[in-house]
Amino acid sequence: MSDSLVTEITNAGNPVDAILRTDRMPHIWCPGCGIGTTVNSFARALIDSKIDLGSLALVSGIGCTGRVAGYVKLDSFHTTHGRAIPFATGLKLANPNLNVVVYSGDGDLSAIGGNHLIHAARRNIDLKVICVNNLIYAMTGGQTAPTTPGHSITSTNPYGTFEPSFNLPHLVEAAGAVYVARWTTFHVRQLARSISEAFKKKGFSFIEVISPCPTLYQRRNKLGDALDTMKYYKEKSKVRNGSPTSEAGLTMTGEIIVGKFVDRDRPDYGTMMRAQYAEALGDEYVEQDQREQDRMEHDRTENDQPEMVCS
Amino acid sequence: MKADRCTADPRGVLTGTHFIDGDHACCEGALAAGARFAAGYPITPSTEVVERFAARVPKVGGTFIQMEDELAASITLQGAVWGGAKAFTVTSGPGFSLMMEHIGYAVMTETPCVFVDVQRGGPSTGLPTLPAQADMMQARWGSHGDYEIIALCPNSPQECFDLTITAFNLAEEFRVPVMFMMDEVVGHMTEKVVIPPADEIEITPRRHTRKSVEDYLPYGTNGDGVPEMAHAGEGYNFHVTGLTHDERGYPNMTPPVQDKLVRRLQSKIRNAADRICLFEEEQLEGADVVVVSYGITSRVAQRAIESAREMGLRVGKLRLITAWPFPEKKIRNLAAKVKAFVVPELNLGQMVHEVQRAADGQARTFAVSHAGGGVHKPEDILKVIVEASKCRIV
Ligand SMILES: Cc1ncc(C[n+]2csc(CCOP(=O)(O)OP(=O)(O)O)c2C)c(N)n1
Ligand code: SF4
Ligand SMILES: [Mg+2]
Repeated sequence: MSDSLVTEITNAGNPVDAILRTDRMPHIWCPGCGIGTTVNSFARALIDSKIDLGSLALVSGIGCTGRVAGYVKLDSFHTTHGRAIPFATGLKLANPNLNVVVYSGDGDLSAIGGNHLIHAARRNIDLKVICVNNLIYAMTGGQTAPTTPGHSITSTNPYGTFEPSFNLPHLVEAAGAVYVARWTTFHVRQLARSISEAFKKKGFSFIEVISPCPTLYQRRNKLGDALDTMKYYKEKSKVRNGSPTSEAGLTMTGEIIVGKFVDRDRPDYGTMMRAQYAEALGDEYVEQDQREQDRMEHDRTENDQPEMVCS
Repeated sequence: MKADRCTADPRGVLTGTHFIDGDHACCEGALAAGARFAAGYPITPSTEVVERFAARVPKVGGTFIQMEDELAASITLQGAVWGGAKAFTVTSGPGFSLMMEHIGYAVMTETPCVFVDVQRGGPSTGLPTLPAQADMMQARWGSHGDYEIIALCPNSPQECFDLTITAFNLAEEFRVPVMFMMDEVVGHMTEKVVIPPADEIEITPRRHTRKSVEDYLPYGTNGDGVPEMAHAGEGYNFHVTGLTHDERGYPNMTPPVQDKLVRRLQSKIRNAADRICLFEEEQLEGADVVVVSYGITSRVAQRAIESAREMGLRVGKLRLITAWPFPEKKIRNLAAKVKAFVVPELNLGQMVHEVQRAADGQARTFAVSHAGGGVHKPEDILKVIVEASKCRIV
């Protein structure tokens, strides 16, 4: 089994170079970390779905996963802890032609950024959120996250966690997401396919990827190394497309329900906003792309030379 | 290189004579300056700014979004800036406190934007509907790390209009967040506001790069310490991070890169302080005492200054329109000539310490403090002016 697994992972690495900032290699991630695997799938999805990379922006928060923004050859923003989604919201609203991806960790998106997560889903902002869920705050040394399953050993719960954890697909579905899927880093092709599908949706899409942090979570919980985790993902994952998200909660060593859980349509924020203004204001409504504003200022400086004064 | 200038987009300019309050005038200033994006969260006494913006902006071509909190508002606006908009947020004390991390982010990433703080009494929930000027140090130092920002203090609805435009222009010129430090009284007082024709309003456009993708260095500078900007979606594939970064925008967390970056972020403002520092001055020549004030307090101080002059005292007036960077040189030069400074402010002593520091023992410094919730009585300021004019320099 392990041989075929190794081939799978190596092959998945091929498309990445075109999308990576190769001048920033080597990356900071530990050997066996799942984050790089998710980036492979992301890169493959970009290539498969023939997305225009020039109009794609990627926004991350802070954490090991948050470093993704620094490694992709895209307009990329490494923001503050928890605030990738509101930053991405401003970016998208100012330039609706952008495809905006949020790529961040479970703690970033669901703890410190949890409020923004549910409100962006409620508003149905057209964002593609990829959440790498390693069940832990990795960057800071393995503290308990809102996603850490019960009885896990973490640096801040050295005797085991006892807080209930978030079931993220259930949370974002309830808040209004139009597309919700979960895969593990074992499911590289399915993950790529889900990302491609999300690009076709207009609205708040959320893809959770269960991913190993061998350095902090797996090691402390005696769950073996990266390969053991792959074996666990392979054996304990159950593909249940359309499964009720309420049944997709996670435990430390139990079943992992994966699949596409939600795929529905409702108007996104921009569409609702434009419709409402058009209805209320009629001809008075001026729809304008912010870049147009910027260009106009440029035109006014470049063309209206007589009016130009240098301070 | 100094920033280019152009004139305002007429669609955002409500030319004419209006009778409006400072909050509304601030909104009109933002629209005239070209702001087409605001993110906010309601808080007294600032909300009227965004309420007006929410009503006006769909007719001008732009967006207002009410976010779930000020943490969100203060970063959403920065996303909009990188998407190509001129953007701002508006708040008051408790919200301003929540925005601090993102002031630092704007400084570090050199995101041009404006934060409006209509100051009310604090700490904490304090006096939601009553004035103070107690966020002056927070505006300067509230985010962690070493940095410089610009802060302006209007003292009338007319200035709320005029100086909001200045705030946006400075933000673009220096790629820095500009704090617009109003107070409850200035925000809520209604006065005549004259909005000139668009072609009489000078606008500093974004320092947008004209370089090719190959030649563009996102944080490379052009002699005066301010890099050129690109927007998302233009093909530059640039990286923006709050981590210490090199000229490519790539993280580089080494002491030499930190030193170069943080010093540049500071010096791009400090080196231009003479140009950024705006004041209103009156009878400074031959003055024994100079009253240094800003915002609403400057209007109360005016009465005290006039009474003192009627008593035969030689009193000068220095109104700080720019609070940050602090006009050190101006105070230092004056300190060599006058006996004392009198500094009334609606706090228990903030800018007065700057005056004292800049005076550096050459002249005495007297605070006229007030815990907020109202304005000074002119007599209280007068009393200190009288006392100050009797003092000897020791
Ligand atoms: C405001 C703030 N609080 C705390 C931190 C410290 N911090 C950095 S990353 C992180 C947790 C990241 O966890 P997660 O989002 O799950 O990302 P991972 O490292 O696991 O990929 C924390 C708490 C910070 N950078 N900023
Ligand atoms: S600490 Fe964990 S999540 Fe972070 S890079 Fe290492 S393995 Fe990956
Ligand atoms: Mg994590």
